[in-house]
Amino acid sequence: MLSEGGSFMKGMVMGGLFCLVLSFLGSFSPSLESSTDDHHHHHHVKAQSNDELTHFSDSQMQQLISEVRVSCIIMVQPKILVYWATAVDTWSKHCDKAVFYTSESSKALEAVDLNEKDEWARLRKALKHAYENAGDLRWFFVAQPTTFAIIENLKYLVLTKDASQPFYLGNVMKSGELEYVAYDGGIVLSYEALKRLVHVFQDEAKCPERGRALWKLSEEKQIAVCLKYTGVFAENGEDVHGKGVFNSKSVDSLITDSMKDNPTNVVEGCCSDMAVTFNGMSPNQMQVMMFGVYRLRPYGHDFHDSLTFYPPEGSDND
Amino acid sequence: MTGPKNLESRTKHIRETWAKRCNKVLYMSSVKTDFPTVELNVSEGRDNLYWKTIRAFQYIHRHHLDEADWFLKADDDTFVVVDNLRYVLSRYDPEKPWYVGRRFTPFVSQGYMSGGAGYVLSKEALRRFIKGFDTGQCTHFSTIEDMALGKCMETMKVKLADSRDVKGRQTFHPYPPRYYLIRQQPRPRPWYLIYEHYEPIEGPGCCSDFVVSFHYIYGVQLYALEYLTYHLRPYGYKHRFNPDEETELNKEALVGV
Repeated sequence: MLSEGGSFMKGMVMGGLFCLVLSFLGSFSPSLESSTDDHHHHHHVKAQSNDELTHFSDSQMQQLISEVRVSCIIMVQPKILVYWATAVDTWSKHCDKAVFYTSESSKALEAVDLNEKDEWARLRKALKHAYENAGDLRWFFVAQPTTFAIIENLKYLVLTKDASQPFYLGNVMKSGELEYVAYDGGIVLSYEALKRLVHVFQDEAKCPERGRALWKLSEEKQIAVCLKYTGVFAENGEDVHGKGVFNSKSVDSLITDSMKDNPTNVVEGCCSDMAVTFNGMSPNQMQVMMFGVYRLRPYGHDFHDSLTFYPPEGSDND
Repeated sequence: MTGPKNLESRTKHIRETWAKRCNKVLYMSSVKTDFPTVELNVSEGRDNLYWKTIRAFQYIHRHHLDEADWFLKADDDTFVVVDNLRYVLSRYDPEKPWYVGRRFTPFVSQGYMSGGAGYVLSKEALRRFIKGFDTGQCTHFSTIEDMALGKCMETMKVKLADSRDVKGRQTFHPYPPRYYLIRQQPRPRPWYLIYEHYEPIEGPGCCSDFVVSFHYIYGVQLYALEYLTYHLRPYGYKHRFNPDEETELNKEALVGV
């Protein structure tokens, strides 16, 4: 009797220990790389206010402007040729550098042909290429041409942020425990974040290129998982008032929501004045958007912004 | 200009947006309500539009003439940038007989202004319109409001202003933005540009930065245009068009015809 009880007890203890170990492993998260600066415990990044900017001297401002140049990484395919062409003709002209990466080449438009059908493999190649050809650019904006972006407002958002720190910004979504940046709202990476990402690509255990055994995560979640291993976490981009500036919806869609939620204050309750992205607009709507963003305005309203961004050369719709 | 059917679906949103920027706004209808609307002795419907307009101007002349220098007629599906309207009108003297809007060519020798895009009468032009009907020089000879009013303007010797900006780009628009801004291959005039007095430009060069109006704008689009005009902007952007900056070109202003 005693010996049976003994094995039973041993079994219980072993089972209990095994469960403990399993649950410990389940909640295990990769440790943060230690760095001298903050660990981004808060999960949003706010633009600085205009007032804060007045504390910088002219030469400091010039320095900030020269450092806040943006490299746009635009993932295209011939099957969305009209969106591709529209991105070329509209918002991408405001990037300091815009490179189009395609799954297969098109006779109509120029792009880096990655000759890769798998979307995740293609994105990895594009990010690697952008990193290796970064030159002196320190901010990277990854988007599809179905997204419309206002690069000046992206620059305003990251103006006083240090690109040698890891930043991974956008419209943050949550899936279970994973926080990731929605692809359709655009993904912003600082140089340091891109560097860490490209390096963890080499680790097939943490960040495999193909055949992710059990389930195929979307590219946006893959990026978040890989970056997490390097100690980089998704942060929601917001204006001074806490309104999100990266949108996965179109202006019309957001206004429609606001008409339901704030019928007496539709526009103020809607979207940020400093919005960076919108999604879900047609190519024609994007052409109208160029006019709406860069030209349409009320005579006599001056903003006294602390810095100046000049229009791109050779463009007639902004 | 509105009616009982549209107060909730359209006019309410205008009251929430651009109407607030007028010095005075009156909502013309066939029925008096607490919206508030003014009751004119007319029926609703497109065939009665010119009667409604005549009665509206007579009402304003009788009760509100001294409260403004310029009188804008707009529909309940028009989006107006009032600041830009003031900018266009600042070129003209309201004590002179001026009629301002989107100039159309046919039917009337000197042309007439599109009703849909909205048009503006100077104080003197309004006086002459009223006098025209008082003396029988102007009559309700047609139900086509904009054309008929244009004929009365011609009879009463009211001049048509040029509302385009210094680069020749239009400010008043009878249709929504997408009709004008989308790039097109060079082509003969589409149907909605057939009546244009000035040679139309299609694509980004069509429209002034300081747009005054768009038409057929409802609900969501009205708020969207309000957002794009008064709220969303590219931080720090130096606009290409700066008419107040001193340049050779800007010294020539377009004044009347």
